[in-house]
Amino acid sequence: MSFSSKEVWHEFSKNKIGLAGIGILVILFAMSAVAVLTIPIESFKEWNDPSSWLTFPKSALPAWVNYFLSEKMPEHMILQNPQVASQNVGDIFLTSNIFVVNYSYDKFPSDFIYEYTAKYAGSPLLQIWVTRPDGKEFQLISTSLPQSKIETSYHGFIFSTDDSMMKNIRKNKDSFMFPIDSLLAQDIVFSKTGQNNVLNGYYFFKVNLYNVNSKSNLETSKFILGGKVYGLMGTDELRRNLTVGLLWGTPLALFIGITVAIGSVVIGLVYGVFAGYKGKKTDESLMRFNDIIYAMPALPLLIILAVTIGNSIFLIVGFLVLFGWVGIAKVSRSMALQIKTFQYVEASKIMGQKDYKIIFKHIIPQLLPYAFASIAISVPAAITTEAGLSFLGLGDPTFPTWGQILHDANTYGAAARGLWWWILPPGIMIAVTGLAFVFIGHAMDVIVNPRLKR
Amino acid sequence: MKMSFKRFVIKRAVTMFGVLMATLLITIALVGSNMDAILNQSVAIDVQKQVTDDKHLVSTFKNPQDLEAYIENQKQKRIAALGLDKPWYYPPKLGLSMYKILTLDFGHAKFLTSDTGSSDVKDIILEKMPRTILLFTTATLIISLIGIFLGALSGSKINSKLDKMTSTFAIISSSFPVWWIGMLMIFVFAFVYQIFPARATPLIPVTDPGYIGSLLYHMALPLITLVLIGFGSWAYLVRNFIVGIMQEDFVTAKRAAGISEKKIIYTHALKNAAPPIITVLALSLSGSLGGAIITEAVFDWPGMGRLYYEAINVLDLPVIIGETYVLTAFFLVSIFLADVLYGYFDPRVRKG
Repeated sequence: MSFSSKEVWHEFSKNKIGLAGIGILVILFAMSAVAVLTIPIESFKEWNDPSSWLTFPKSALPAWVNYFLSEKMPEHMILQNPQVASQNVGDIFLTSNIFVVNYSYDKFPSDFIYEYTAKYAGSPLLQIWVTRPDGKEFQLISTSLPQSKIETSYHGFIFSTDDSMMKNIRKNKDSFMFPIDSLLAQDIVFSKTGQNNVLNGYYFFKVNLYNVNSKSNLETSKFILGGKVYGLMGTDELRRNLTVGLLWGTPLALFIGITVAIGSVVIGLVYGVFAGYKGKKTDESLMRFNDIIYAMPALPLLIILAVTIGNSIFLIVGFLVLFGWVGIAKVSRSMALQIKTFQYVEASKIMGQKDYKIIFKHIIPQLLPYAFASIAISVPAAITTEAGLSFLGLGDPTFPTWGQILHDANTYGAAARGLWWWILPPGIMIAVTGLAFVFIGHAMDVIVNPRLKR
Repeated sequence: MKMSFKRFVIKRAVTMFGVLMATLLITIALVGSNMDAILNQSVAIDVQKQVTDDKHLVSTFKNPQDLEAYIENQKQKRIAALGLDKPWYYPPKLGLSMYKILTLDFGHAKFLTSDTGSSDVKDIILEKMPRTILLFTTATLIISLIGIFLGALSGSKINSKLDKMTSTFAIISSSFPVWWIGMLMIFVFAFVYQIFPARATPLIPVTDPGYIGSLLYHMALPLITLVLIGFGSWAYLVRNFIVGIMQEDFVTAKRAAGISEKKIIYTHALKNAAPPIITVLALSLSGSLGGAIITEAVFDWPGMGRLYYEAINVLDLPVIIGETYVLTAFFLVSIFLADVLYGYFDPRVRKG
């Protein structure tokens, strides 16, 4: 009944489904490696910090959808190197930055944001103007920065949803031949005057910073034209880059799945074999306890545990192990009952071998193939259960798992609003990861089972 | 070591009751101290308000220290009267809370109310229960009917195209979380094709005569989802039972006697596969109830699962305890039924 690893691999390599599972798993591990190597660990914390995603577009489709569309969606543009000019007239100092963009898409941008860090003393005035391809010039905003007596650095954002910007733009309603009162800023600024379609061509965004008595500077100055498409996987309602979230989810799912599976199988194996080997009263009481855990409703209890004790990822792994080992213990017990009647086990018992030595040296090694198959089969359940808990909002909030991405998607009603790129990829990743282990487990079952039946 | 059927049933019943008690004990252990803390707070606020509202009483105190002392004294009295000064594991208190829960006296909810406005946890749960049972029993029945038919069909034609498709569909469909398929269904049938509502809670009040009709219409999408994701594994299971039975001697004998293959499958083989099928039916009913928490949350179906989800969100502990008890009881009753049915049909199970 012994298995050499060569033999197992030989049989495994004949199983196409098993190889497919290994193939998927290799890809998933490669993705995890990419995630771990390219994305710094500390940035985990940024996932739930809205301010770190401000310069990303909101609910943008994946960039590749443009290949399938006749009307091209705008990509996300961050204009960074403006033409800088400064002059002074008497006491008044003026610094101006001019951003030029050739807007060639068929759809309006999703929004626009100006991000700046101004270094000044006093209370300078910030104005933004846009000059359109048709020569029309609109003032977008005119605002003064907070008063400061000493020289200071002020970091701020101006959003296209700003109320005063809307008011300024609506002042130009005579230029347009259609009502603009209910339109958003970007749908007016980038629109033709005849009808509400995109006006292509060069746009000049001019940022003027006026200050009295002293010169002020714009140290960082970025003009962001929010895209309607972004990156490989798009972004969500909170502007987070879903590519990053999905990549991060891979090592997390593998960690949760594999740790829970190994933990459950090791505990179940030792518990079951011990009960089966000892027999009598020990067996009876251990199996009663096993029955009780087996019949407990796992999900409600997991929920209560997560609510009351805590929801760190390690605790959740522990909770999942708590309910995961029982089935394996049952099977290992019945296998141990068989093995302990083998002559060599009885022989070593008569020779005075200690119980734990018999269990770990003679019985458990016999069950290893079964253990590996069970590890593979337990992984998908662990991953989907964790995803379910995260989906209910009970997962570890510091780590973006796939379940958590889906939780956010559900909270923002992504399904009813048609944000398919927010829903499809995480679910497919959960299923594909599960399937990889199901395939591997299935292939190992085929190898393991006929021999155990002997 | 065979035992009589009666002994087997009694033994299982005792185990199940033990499980129910253990689950309750764990629940109380986990939420008990939290609940006491919350109750303590509300007692403190109540007493403070009562005393300060009573102008006459306040005027009898000469200085604020006396008033403070009086309020503190009143609080301690009230807390002692309610048994809140004792920890949750204080035996008489624990016994009392267990007894109350066993007799379905869950107390009053902190935040949630039933549609009719009652805050009694029992009323809330009893109001939601029929809807959960309606959805999940209907789904399980449809799933098992499709599954038994499809399973028998593919079991009769092993390795045919249909058989392979059924197995593939079963493996793939069981890898997707039901709630994720639910989100996709909402996307397809509530956004792309606007056939069904995205939220499964009817907008008209319960008292309206059209409520039942509206509820059934809102039930369509969750029902379709549950059936879609569920029948594959059922068919696969039934297929495997049938394949096993078709290899047995009595089937070979029937074949030799010239009975048609179709008749063997639909009468003899299915009849022999009935006990495990009934068992799995009972088990999957209970299993689906556990899954109801997430499924109902996705579809916003106004049943016990969504109630649980809401209770977690606002940490309404009396509701959480009541729901855990009811869900556990449901779960155990169906496991018990499955066990007993199996033991009845297959005496081999009854061995110690």
